[in-house]
Amino acid sequence: MKALMFGWEFPPHISGGLGTACYGLTKALLKADVEILFVVPRMFGDEEPGNIRLISASEVTVDVRDEVYKSHENKISIMEIDSTLLPYSTEEEYFHLVEQIESGTRLEQLNLHARKFKFMGGYGKNLMEEVRRYAIVASNIARDNTFDIIHAHDWLTYLAGIEARKVSGKPLVVHMHATEFDRSGDNINQLVYTIEKAGMEAADMVIAVSHLTRNVVINRYGIDPEKVITVHNGVEPPRDSISFNIKRHVDEKIVTFLGRITYQKGPEYFIEAAYKVLQKDPDVRFVMAGSGDLLPGMIRRVAKLGMATRFHFTGFLKGDDVDRMFGLSDVYVMPSVSEPFGISPLEAMRSSVPVIISKQSGVAEVLNHALKVDYWDVDAIADAIYGVLHYPSMHAMFRNYGKAEVENIKWDQAGMKVKNIYKRMMQARS
Amino acid sequence: MKSICFYFQVHQPYRLSSYRFFDIGAHDHYFDEYANRYIMQQVAEKCYLPANEVLLGLIKKHGEAFKVSFSISGLALEQFEQYAPKVLKSFQKLAETGNVEFLAETWAHSLAALKSKREFSEQVKMHVQKIKSLFGQKPVTFRNTELVYSNDIGNMVYKLGFDTMLTEGAKHILGWKSPNLMYCSAANPKLKLLLKNFQLSDDIAFRFSERAWNEWPLTAEKFVSWIEKTNPKDEVINLFMDYETFGEHQWAETGIFEFLKSFPALAIEKSGMHFKTPSELSEELQPVAQLNVPYPISWADEERDLTAWLGNEMQDEAFNKLYDIESKIRKIKDDKMIRQWRYLQASDHFYYMCTKWFSDGDVHKYFNPYSSPYDAFINYMNILSDLVIRVNKQATRKPAKRAGTRKTDVPA
Repeated sequence: MKALMFGWEFPPHISGGLGTACYGLTKALLKADVEILFVVPRMFGDEEPGNIRLISASEVTVDVRDEVYKSHENKISIMEIDSTLLPYSTEEEYFHLVEQIESGTRLEQLNLHARKFKFMGGYGKNLMEEVRRYAIVASNIARDNTFDIIHAHDWLTYLAGIEARKVSGKPLVVHMHATEFDRSGDNINQLVYTIEKAGMEAADMVIAVSHLTRNVVINRYGIDPEKVITVHNGVEPPRDSISFNIKRHVDEKIVTFLGRITYQKGPEYFIEAAYKVLQKDPDVRFVMAGSGDLLPGMIRRVAKLGMATRFHFTGFLKGDDVDRMFGLSDVYVMPSVSEPFGISPLEAMRSSVPVIISKQSGVAEVLNHALKVDYWDVDAIADAIYGVLHYPSMHAMFRNYGKAEVENIKWDQAGMKVKNIYKRMMQARS
Repeated sequence: MKSICFYFQVHQPYRLSSYRFFDIGAHDHYFDEYANRYIMQQVAEKCYLPANEVLLGLIKKHGEAFKVSFSISGLALEQFEQYAPKVLKSFQKLAETGNVEFLAETWAHSLAALKSKREFSEQVKMHVQKIKSLFGQKPVTFRNTELVYSNDIGNMVYKLGFDTMLTEGAKHILGWKSPNLMYCSAANPKLKLLLKNFQLSDDIAFRFSERAWNEWPLTAEKFVSWIEKTNPKDEVINLFMDYETFGEHQWAETGIFEFLKSFPALAIEKSGMHFKTPSELSEELQPVAQLNVPYPISWADEERDLTAWLGNEMQDEAFNKLYDIESKIRKIKDDKMIRQWRYLQASDHFYYMCTKWFSDGDVHKYFNPYSSPYDAFINYMNILSDLVIRVNKQATRKPAKRAGTRKTDVPA
């Protein structure tokens, strides 16, 4: 069994859960004897694909006489979009933007009819253009390779999935790691929504990362419930680096928020809860790690509440710094307004850190040993923080059961489920 | 001829308010007055009143052949008085028939037997007093909270003046022995033990409306035939269950009240069996063997041990901290405080903190008002923290007053 997968990120070049999830799932599928051909817009050279066959879309030659090329290239000129519509906003993005200005997006002329596209990857200003070009390349890749299934991760790759399905006639599964409603609340980008909907309608099966997401897919995109299946994400076993000793330089307990500082993640609820806790117990420090469009507002709010000596901002963290942050934390809080899944609480629990998660997160569906609150219920968040910090047995509970629970949420199970979905789709075809 | 012994447990805890950490030190409104009133009145309408009526009818119809026993926790009795005096009256009416035995238990439906001998005996005495004043009879049979029993507990109970006690017919204690006979305590052979037949009891209490059960629907004929099929040497079938089974756990629509009427009628009229009280059986039957129970047993879950209430880190912390303040709270002699402390001893609060139901036991989920044991624990600990602060404040205040020398050393 061989799957052609379209992704947008691959470790270590990730900006959030998408790349991590693709990586975990892909590895699990390989273990389950599924061959994977994984396409990313571009490779940076330092990817660690292991046994995964990575294809860089930037290295694929496209024939300009191709119908697919013509149909999409014509549209590309009108696909330029305003930067405020960008679905993601991270430092990674900033990095790519700078790079883009330096090198410029250009088409490489090879001979009269053959072209290569230079993809930036990431989530730059020309995102929509890249999404279209990615679809053109996808159609070429699909024609030149043999496979049984097409699997596209998130809307960025859905047009690619649709094109690949057209040329190959193979069944398509699209994977909803997040919906436009998760990213933008009710002020959705209509174009993104349209692509998501088109992808799911064209797909033979839709995988949702939680029941929460499945419901959104059914209710807000009108997708036939029959073809939407929930496959919860897993979590990678800890890297060895976690075991290194982390020195604390402050005596106070540390409460951590770690994630993009955007509407979706509910950072303001964390701040209000912190204020309540500090009024009762000044011996606590709060850390907000991450960056995003709401960051300046959050800093102002903290200053206004007069707790800046107890509330710290770290900026964007990645790699070892994330592990180190967890190592320093006594509680991890994820007050997400809308979280299709949410892998970071699992990473915290893996480091034996108790977690407080919003009931509006997909991960709440798979966790027992976590405190679950409504994201808007600041009193409940504050109460949970206080409880974990003051009642010693809670730490013991999380140490003894939380870690074990997380270690049982394996990608292998997700991989088996996805493989079964592949099987069903192939059987339906034959 | 075999006898049947019905014992119904009647209990309602005082449910806790949602009490946040910023309430600690601010106020002592620990109990949710609204919820307690509402639940009591609901259960009264759905269960206590209609079930009592059925039993009264059975007693009138069958006379001496139909007797039952109740254990009503002090917390439930107090809530009847506060929120549902009609229910109390209907139990008193049952008491007047002379066919009802009221058992003794801990006043607060507590697990004090496992922690404090003194508190345990005080609560038992309080409860006995309460039963006497309400129903005009002095309890002679004891049943401990959740049927918790061990050799040590048996000793305490005997010393408090009871010669019969009810407990679970736990398989790991009985082995090949039948629960349908009279036993006695190995540590104190003068204490007789009546054991719950959990198979038949749970057929009614848990499985009655379970459509997936291959014996569903359970009819009086079927149930009587099962009793008849037990070993001819068996003497008594002990059907012990929560009274809330009738109309609450098993809704009226399932036909549970019809069963409650038809089963005794059939057993008495067709099979000639009699329904007896524990104290009658205690006089009538001789123990066939001693039971050695070094570690406490209970009537809960597959394990029939204490793990529904104690054993995980949170339950143990809460339980230990609750009893840590016992000696201080006694010295203070503040009636309200000691009452609050006792309300907090109800086994229910520890049950809500149980994490076992993550893997098994839908039963736990059904009875749990909290969405998770962690929520239950945090709320309980917030309340207990406040009580501890108040107790400590009072405890340091008293001696200062008595000394009467310094006037300004009391913190505000």
